[in-house]
Amino acid sequence: MNQANSKRGYFGNWGGAFIPEVLHQTFTELNEAYLRVRGDETFWQEYVDLMANYSCRPTPLTFAENLTKHFGGARIYIKREDLNHTGAHKANNVMGQGLLVKRMGKKRVIAETGAGQHGVATATMAARFGFACTIYMGEEDVARQRPNVFWMEKLGATVVPVTDGSRTLKDAINEAFRDWVASMDSTHYVLGTVCGPHPFPEMVAWFQSIIGQEARKQILAQHGNMPAAVYACVGGGSNALGIFQGFMAERAVELVGVEAGGKGIDTDHHASRMTGTRAAAGVAQGYKTMFLQDDDGQMLDTHSIAAGLDYVGISPILADLGDSGRVRFEAATDREVIEALELTMRTEGIIPALESSHAFVQAFKDAPEMNPHEAIIINMSGRGDKDIFTIAHAFDDPSWKKFIIGRAQEYRKSSGE
Amino acid sequence: MNLTADLQKRLQNKPILLMTHLVLGYPSLEVNREVIRQMAENGVDCIELQIPFSEPMADGPVILRANQDALNRGIRVADCIQFAADIVQEFPQVNFLFMTYYNIIFRYGEEDFIKGAAEIGIKGFIVPDLPPEEGESYLSLSKKYRTAPIMFFTPTSTEERMRKVEKMGSGFIYCVARKGVTGKKTAMDDSLARSLNSYRSATSLPLAVGFGISSREDVAMLEGKADMAVIGTATIRLVDNQGPAAVGPFIAELLGH
Repeated sequence: MNQANSKRGYFGNWGGAFIPEVLHQTFTELNEAYLRVRGDETFWQEYVDLMANYSCRPTPLTFAENLTKHFGGARIYIKREDLNHTGAHKANNVMGQGLLVKRMGKKRVIAETGAGQHGVATATMAARFGFACTIYMGEEDVARQRPNVFWMEKLGATVVPVTDGSRTLKDAINEAFRDWVASMDSTHYVLGTVCGPHPFPEMVAWFQSIIGQEARKQILAQHGNMPAAVYACVGGGSNALGIFQGFMAERAVELVGVEAGGKGIDTDHHASRMTGTRAAAGVAQGYKTMFLQDDDGQMLDTHSIAAGLDYVGISPILADLGDSGRVRFEAATDREVIEALELTMRTEGIIPALESSHAFVQAFKDAPEMNPHEAIIINMSGRGDKDIFTIAHAFDDPSWKKFIIGRAQEYRKSSGE
Repeated sequence: MNLTADLQKRLQNKPILLMTHLVLGYPSLEVNREVIRQMAENGVDCIELQIPFSEPMADGPVILRANQDALNRGIRVADCIQFAADIVQEFPQVNFLFMTYYNIIFRYGEEDFIKGAAEIGIKGFIVPDLPPEEGESYLSLSKKYRTAPIMFFTPTSTEERMRKVEKMGSGFIYCVARKGVTGKKTAMDDSLARSLNSYRSATSLPLAVGFGISSREDVAMLEGKADMAVIGTATIRLVDNQGPAAVGPFIAELLGH
């Protein structure tokens, strides 16, 4: 990784650790624990073994023959992070941090969650390792993602709806920090993405690098060559950095990050930091990066059809890779995302999450222009079928609506309303 | 006179000093002005003027909502600075400091912000999400414009850490009485007394103690152990419930007048 700035935790101009003084000692200890396991090969092996045994790793690299024929250009491969336990790449980071928590001897974990994937993954990890678990989730997301809240609670976690600010992911992060400044002696904050104060961006990127390590071996075995390009969606950026790290040193491999274009990057309703003109350098949530903010430095409301991409900031590592030109950033609109999702389901029988579908959009734009000898990889960060409420809503599906109305009437009757 | 010297001079005549806090634009600048008048006339020594930020990570629910409310009513950073300029003129007996989060300063332009604040008579800055390691330019600009960058001691600070941090600050040290965010009650117990002892031996700067102080007993307990009591959330609650006119009597009572 490009650690140009000599200060620890900086990637070019971005990163750092802008933390309240009360957390200074906690971060000192976290950095020590992280550096210890980072230098310990047995730790990585323990992690790989755990992920093989518990989370179906290595996940396959699927050759999408029908999509390849459909577009008539590059050969399209899909890295199947959807096949992780809990249905997304989030499991990688969470299980890795879980092993770290065990070594640190802490007994409680807290986490923020947007769409709920990271919350479900953290609750799963806590159940497996026997940790107490509290998940902070914006009230708006609690309303949008009820099935994930249900699972977190069933897995034994306490879900706290956050009623402040825009009541989404960034507010859940603030609230998790507020818990942590009082509870750090017993508690580890399992930050869900490659953002936040050092060492989180670097540490989470390390756990997620397992995606790229596998994908690199798999594409060489299946295609015989490096891919021409690798596509990933970018909210905070953890799935993107995970797969990109497998190809970072191969300068001929183009790395493409796809942000949430929402209703269009010319509108006020998107979450694109690196594309569009609404982001500027700033410091919030413990780190410096490009934030969607106004002239005074107040964070703006963001929008995406995919809750997991609906976030004001971006990984400092990705901001730097954007500056240097190593990663090309694009944006996909909500409408394009639904089209790409529909096509992928119909042609391949694969259901990407709305987040992951952003990566498919850009790959589908580029593939037809490419040579049939070339290959591209799309990182399918998560599966869509478990987001049936969100996706059915996005498709405005009439028979689904009828089912929900019927079920609601049944519940009303049985609860005597 | 620099801030430290001013506070030390005041301490010659008082058993303890008082610093109060308010969020600019909450509920309005007009109410802020009246609250400040009540505070100043009843002998407050320092006032923290908090410039609202959309992500006040270190603040508890009361101050968090005050930040949001002020922003929803359209307060801008430029309004806050203009208001501060007037207030500093009107109440020369009080030391005014800006409290805010680093992004507000960063986005305004660090030098423009610190220079501008110094020119209108602001004495220092309290920036809870800017540790000294990330604040090189902030610290050197504070020196250049003779404003005080306030540093923090906390119950988790090691002695080594306190000695390092206090050298980079001036004015006074903001001592966090307990872990957690603003607005929760602090037990005035032995562990706090032990913390205060270790804070005292780590610095010669005046010690301001905050987080959850709300009564005359709390303040009296700090006399002789700390130099300044910090009242944050308590006055916001008071103004919410009883209006600005209740602030003067509350301050007088805190000081045992």
